[in-house]
Amino acid sequence: MLTTVVEKLKAQFPNSILGVREFRGETTVHVKKEDILNVCAFLRNDEAGLFNYCSDICGADAYTPENRFEIIYNLYSLSYKHRIRLKVFVDEADLHCPSVISVWPGANWPERETYDMFGIIFDGHDDLRRMYMPEEFEYFPLRKDFPMMGVPDSIPLPRK
Amino acid sequence: MGLEHALGDTALTTTIDSAINWCRKNSLWPMPLGISCCGIEMMAFAMPRFDVARFGAEVFRFSPRQADLLIVAGTTTYKMATVVRKIYDQMPDPKWVIAMGACTSSGGMYRTYSVVQGIDQFLPVDIYVAGCPPRPDNLLHALLMIQEKIQRGESRSTPMTVAAERQEQQLLQIQGINNN
Ligand code: SF4
Repeated sequence: MLTTVVEKLKAQFPNSILGVREFRGETTVHVKKEDILNVCAFLRNDEAGLFNYCSDICGADAYTPENRFEIIYNLYSLSYKHRIRLKVFVDEADLHCPSVISVWPGANWPERETYDMFGIIFDGHDDLRRMYMPEEFEYFPLRKDFPMMGVPDSIPLPRK
Repeated sequence: MGLEHALGDTALTTTIDSAINWCRKNSLWPMPLGISCCGIEMMAFAMPRFDVARFGAEVFRFSPRQADLLIVAGTTTYKMATVVRKIYDQMPDPKWVIAMGACTSSGGMYRTYSVVQGIDQFLPVDIYVAGCPPRPDNLLHALLMIQEKIQRGESRSTPMTVAAERQEQQLLQIQGINNN
């Protein structure tokens, strides 16, 4: 079933699929950033795929000059019980990426989390606030250049 | 008490103080703050097996206004620190604080940007309890130590009495001699 989906995806979006990788039975598809919304909508509605559950969205920081960040979408189909993983590269110079909350409303919080930890701005998200860190915090903690013990005095403590 | 202003440091007032302290130490009302896994051990400490009622501290109060012993049991993040401090500030004097567990005392295994490395950065702590999590008996021991402190008339929230201060200095001197 999954191979049919990947084939269909390739046929449907020949220019936006950058690569497909198979590793230990897990399929990962690299997608062009601009087309992620269309690809997601296709996977959600295609009857061979029916990825109706977005189980997680997270980020990764490779700390490279180009394509520094990656957004990873883990999708699951409750009907067919198969999984697929999508990856999108985001450059440090342009931290914007289309939001997929119009496809899965449940993507709302994972996208907020990715914004909170990596500073990736999801265009079209209706409530892009910080998830874990205090609202007035200025840094993005899961970036590789963020010190592990944090920036001193960046989060105020109550007076003793 | 207010009585000492009228009567001074006489035999009557010191006896009353001692009686009041005895009452206080045997009727501590804890404010439980189980913010993570240590909270489970704190619950066990209140349950029949360990039975904190033997020491008169079984009335867990979920309102800080009715409590005089704050048990901070769990990882305190920077975001939570404001809440912990607010709860502490709402408790009436005199009050005591137990920092339960490695996280609360020193940040524990969470050596990261989001966890306060010891709640003594923003709270006066009376007793630290080691362990991850500490056993309930450990917490009982902390409670007994708090009771001793109360009997001596010590509280971090209000200034120490002169006698207690003198006693502590003597203690420090003795320790200093032993160390040398
Ligand atoms: S000291 Fe250990 S048991 Fe207690 S809150 Fe921290 S991690 Fe949990």
